[in-house]
Amino acid sequence: MRFGFFFREALRSMSRNAVPSFAAMASVLVTVLVLGVFIPVVQATTGAANDVRSRVLVNVYLKTDAKPDDVTRVNALLHDKVAHVGKVQYVSKQQALAEQKQRYPEAYDLLGSNPLPDTFRVTPDKPDNALKLKDALAPAAPGGGTTTIDPAIDTVKNSKDDTQKILVATRVVKLTTGLLALLLIVASILLVSNTIRLSLFSRRREVEVMKLVGATDWFIRWPFVIEGIVLGALGGLLAVLLLLVGKIALLDPLINQFALLAAPKTIHLGFLVAILLAASVGVSAAGSGLSLRRFLRV
Amino acid sequence: MATTEADIVARERARPTAPPVVEFKRVTKRYENGTGLDDASFTVRRGEFVFLVGSTGSGKSTVMRLLIKELEPTSGSIRVAGRDLAEIPRKKVPYFRRNLGVVFQDFKLLPNRTVHDNVAYALQVTGGSRKEVRAKVPDILRLTGLSTKLHHFPDQLSGGEQQRVSVARAFVNHPPLLLADEPTGNLDPETSIGIMQLLYRINRTGTTVIVATHDSAMVDRMRRRVIELSQGKIVRDEATGLYAPRDMTTAEFGALLREPAPEPKRVARDPGDDFDDAFTD
Repeated sequence: MRFGFFFREALRSMSRNAVPSFAAMASVLVTVLVLGVFIPVVQATTGAANDVRSRVLVNVYLKTDAKPDDVTRVNALLHDKVAHVGKVQYVSKQQALAEQKQRYPEAYDLLGSNPLPDTFRVTPDKPDNALKLKDALAPAAPGGGTTTIDPAIDTVKNSKDDTQKILVATRVVKLTTGLLALLLIVASILLVSNTIRLSLFSRRREVEVMKLVGATDWFIRWPFVIEGIVLGALGGLLAVLLLLVGKIALLDPLINQFALLAAPKTIHLGFLVAILLAASVGVSAAGSGLSLRRFLRV
Repeated sequence: MATTEADIVARERARPTAPPVVEFKRVTKRYENGTGLDDASFTVRRGEFVFLVGSTGSGKSTVMRLLIKELEPTSGSIRVAGRDLAEIPRKKVPYFRRNLGVVFQDFKLLPNRTVHDNVAYALQVTGGSRKEVRAKVPDILRLTGLSTKLHHFPDQLSGGEQQRVSVARAFVNHPPLLLADEPTGNLDPETSIGIMQLLYRINRTGTTVIVATHDSAMVDRMRRRVIELSQGKIVRDEATGLYAPRDMTTAEFGALLREPAPEPKRVARDPGDDFDDAFTD
């Protein structure tokens, strides 16, 4: 009975204050729409950036006459002694040859013997540490040039310039999108809370009267909270519908042509919808409940 | 109800032995820029009808606002129905207010509810069921003469009718104490009488009524207890008083008017004076 009463109160005030209610709903709708577009975009960008960064490798080439003993020793060394090592992949001479043969069959058919060395492909624990890792494996020699930490290692290589460029560029991309996302979230919160406060302000006299008649804080608050939930849910649902229409009409036809759109790391659609709905309902309910506090002090 | 005429009369004459409903003990309320109430003590007993009079700023509204615990006194104690208001925690204030009916000069009705719903709200606040609303609201609206305006909104009513709604809302819970702050301040004399009759009728059911007012004609006609405030102090408390301490006779009033008025003085020299001087010779 109580809930029914509050619900009827909420519906009554919505129909009596149709214009402010519509404004509140519209602001939720616009915000959710923008967020719904932006979240996957941010994710796709950072996903792409991370993907590029994960390809940063340090190759450790052993000498061509390295024995299996040397291989195990270097392997142990990489695993235990050297800092910043993430993943170590061992590629033997035979594997390397097979790989290369696949790629350039004609060229390798001409060779009688295998010219390729045993290789460790070392992934750094963080892409940013790639250069440190290289320095650890091949410290600078006193007379210029570099030495290696093990006699069996011939050279340690990563294309230094490219690594640096990739690291800087992806960092900038990630920072910018992160900043944009933050600004957008702040803007949405401000927009929604202002709309709520405006519509409450127009009813502060009503709240004052209710208090004088002897209504408890929650008795006044519940209809407002329910109103917030209903408006938030309406706005959120409409926005999600629009997003789905947009996705089906605009995005899906393009998805095969752009790798970025097809990036597998973007958020799952159902999950995105759930988050957006929960956020719109939660923010508007909490917003109307909290904004009321100021007027309840009579 | 099996109340006889004698019962009503007995109740109407508030006996000095009746328990006090409102007790002010040396209550002082200071605002940031002055004093609202200065060391005021008085007692109102059950069933009394009290007028609180005094000019604007004398502290009438302060008394009212202290009574509904909208303000806290700076010092002194206020007891309503035996309870010290200082002991009521903030959370319990709504429950305390349900024991009071309050009528304001500006009616304070909920603008987007009908007459019926405005009155019903006071019941719903206390957790009144739909059955209770259906039983009590039409009754009280009939008592206040609003049966035909049930589904009107406040802005469709005249001032007098709005004030009737406000009285109906204040009384629908049958509170032991009814406060009215300038209930006739916005109304013409004709309508004011109707509202006062209503308050009087409510008083006769045993409810204590405190009315703050400027309406001298009404106070003089009703001859009830009068408490006069001036600059926050209680200057008069009479069992059957008039609005003014004593009627001024016509002669005295005439004398007051004949008293030489202060000479008009010019604050600054007017350029027109020179112009006048040109014609003096």
